[in-house]
Amino acid sequence: MERVLAAFVRALRAAGSPVSTSETIDAVKAVAFVGYGDRQVLKDTLGAVLAKSETEKQTHDALFELYFNRDVPPPEALTEAAGEGNSDDFDDLDVESLMNLAANGGQNAAAAIERAAAAAGAESIRFATQVPHFVRRTLQLLGIDHLDQRILERLQQAGAEDDRQTQAMMAARDRLQRRAREQVQRYFEIYGKSATENFMNDVVANRAIEKLSEHDEARMHTLVARLAKRLADKHARRRRLKNRGMLDIRKTIRRATAHDGVPFDLAWKFKKKDRPKIVVLCDVSGSVARYVTFLLMLLYALHEKVADLRAFAFSAHLADVDETLRNNEFETAMTQILRTVAGTTDYGKALSDLMETDFEGVIDRRTTVLVLGDARSNYGNPRLDLFREIADRSKRIVWLNPELPALWGFGDSCVYQYKPFCTTLTHCATVADIERAIDDILKAYD
Amino acid sequence: MTKYQIPKPLTSIDGITEALASVGYISTQAISTTVYLAVHLRKPVLVEGPAGVGKTDLAQSLARGLDFPLSRLQCYEGLDETKALYEWKYGKQLLYTQILKEKIHELTEGADSLEASLKKLGDFQDVFFSRDFLEPRPILKAMEQKTGSVLLVDEIDKSDEEFEALLLEILSEYQVTVPEIGTIAAKVPPIVILTSNNVRELGDALKRRCLHLHIGFPEQVREQRIVRARVPDVGQKLLEQVVAFVDKVRNEKLRKPPSISETVDWARTLVLLHAEELEPRIVQDTLGVLLKRQGDIAEIVDRVDELLVESVAGA
Repeated sequence: MERVLAAFVRALRAAGSPVSTSETIDAVKAVAFVGYGDRQVLKDTLGAVLAKSETEKQTHDALFELYFNRDVPPPEALTEAAGEGNSDDFDDLDVESLMNLAANGGQNAAAAIERAAAAAGAESIRFATQVPHFVRRTLQLLGIDHLDQRILERLQQAGAEDDRQTQAMMAARDRLQRRAREQVQRYFEIYGKSATENFMNDVVANRAIEKLSEHDEARMHTLVARLAKRLADKHARRRRLKNRGMLDIRKTIRRATAHDGVPFDLAWKFKKKDRPKIVVLCDVSGSVARYVTFLLMLLYALHEKVADLRAFAFSAHLADVDETLRNNEFETAMTQILRTVAGTTDYGKALSDLMETDFEGVIDRRTTVLVLGDARSNYGNPRLDLFREIADRSKRIVWLNPELPALWGFGDSCVYQYKPFCTTLTHCATVADIERAIDDILKAYD
Repeated sequence: MTKYQIPKPLTSIDGITEALASVGYISTQAISTTVYLAVHLRKPVLVEGPAGVGKTDLAQSLARGLDFPLSRLQCYEGLDETKALYEWKYGKQLLYTQILKEKIHELTEGADSLEASLKKLGDFQDVFFSRDFLEPRPILKAMEQKTGSVLLVDEIDKSDEEFEALLLEILSEYQVTVPEIGTIAAKVPPIVILTSNNVRELGDALKRRCLHLHIGFPEQVREQRIVRARVPDVGQKLLEQVVAFVDKVRNEKLRKPPSISETVDWARTLVLLHAEELEPRIVQDTLGVLLKRQGDIAEIVDRVDELLVESVAGA
């Protein structure tokens, strides 16, 4: 019995739900109470014990349907029949039983194939490309080689092509193969699919953004949502900190009145913590635009944590793009923005534009200014005086530069001129880099 | 603890559903199963879901349906053990100290050394940290119940992490440690219901110790039964239309979609206004009962006709 649950837990873990050992033990105990009799009760039970959030519940429900849905007798019957399920003690079948198996589609056939697939180690499948391999192994364990041999012999005998039995054998072989493929595919969906997804997401996260294909970008939305969740969880810490050693005298006296003025109950002062306030300045010229897309996507996904977010885009001049981004689909918003600020990039002009907006309202001492750009200003005046003023007013300036560090400072790049005013200046090429940068920013407010 | 007999309704899943139904709480299979497991595995239940779907009500209905006392603990930032667990009755302790001070001469009479008088006083020491001076707060109260009880820890996500840590011992062992007295174990394990609105992600340690129950918006049939149970005067036609309309509204992109409690309130309002069926006029007038945000109301108010046609056709 425990094997069934253990395998289910393994599938859940492969799908990214962190199920602990103690929860597995709880599941075994719980199932002992409710039994395997009622499917819905079993589903609710396992859901209550093994899935501890709404997303985990969704994963669980989907996997439950896959895992406990089959026209096969429950797995405990199988494991008894197949011993410990190792490939060593798995007996292959002779040709006749194989033919029988293929002919009658019932439960026995499915059970035998499942047993063979388990013996072949199909539960350890990770990637879709492994499916043919495990199908082959499964069939081999079933004893398909004997069948192949027989078919071959018959075909070699002259004029045997129209032999009805040979035809039947070949048809049976096809059926078996199809069944085995279905079975392995099911294992892949239970144990492998989400692992593959996670793997692909990691690959995309660590690939340079400019090298991402359109196919990868489809993945971006889920990836960004995942990153945002991770960041939000990480920074969802308490908002109050005891200010050690600072006595809150007013509060203490108020509390002491209950005890005849004797200050039994001391009250301490709390440190107030700032809510993250971020102003983003994005260079949307040329290649940098794609980085902007992801940066802003991630920041908007964090809206619960970063309630106070202002976004400005600039190229030839600067524009407040908050409204546009909030009210439109991301793609249309970006084209609109590019149209409004188009022209040769001028960092100096952008900075002076920023000063002309409601500068004092936008940037205060709690604000982190996040600049994303390559600092290639087409030999215009970088307006360091304005940049310095911004640096003085704000909490910190974080500059993300998507350009290779080797190219910094050459040509019209004035990144090193800005550098002294930045709290951090980093190279930022992948989604993982963007995540790290935002993580750092939020950390400053923890 | 072994002698404690689990009350009859709690011995089966259907029994729990019935007990809840008897006080007007229409349960689902998932809810009843989780409560059943909570009782038999002796684990607390963490209930999550949007506001107003009956998370708190589950605990209250359980207590009423099973005739158990309910201890309720409302969580907020800064909640600590003196409000949740126990507190010393300082005033009473002070008073007793005063009495002791006056009597100290009589008490130490005949003792000629400091040691001897301390020894005589030592007998009184324990009195000051006894149960007489302990003020039980909701959690300790629930632990001390001799029959079964329900402990509701409401909106646990609003409390601090320190408080969450404090709950760990209580929730896994059903015992409270008071340093001056010792460990107080629950006579009968209470049914513990924790509710969360997901303001903050709860710690893994706490989640691991709990059974997890997610209550979402109900299906139309169940919602009809709920409204029927809460507003018995509602006519069948109105009921069906109300539930269908609310279901339609939930599918719109709203900041705060209406919950069960809003549906119930709305149905009650419509009954008070003697509405027999939904008409655009009355829906527009009473939309404020259903939707709590100006933006949401503005979104829906112009489309009432359209939604009404769809939902009336559906019902």
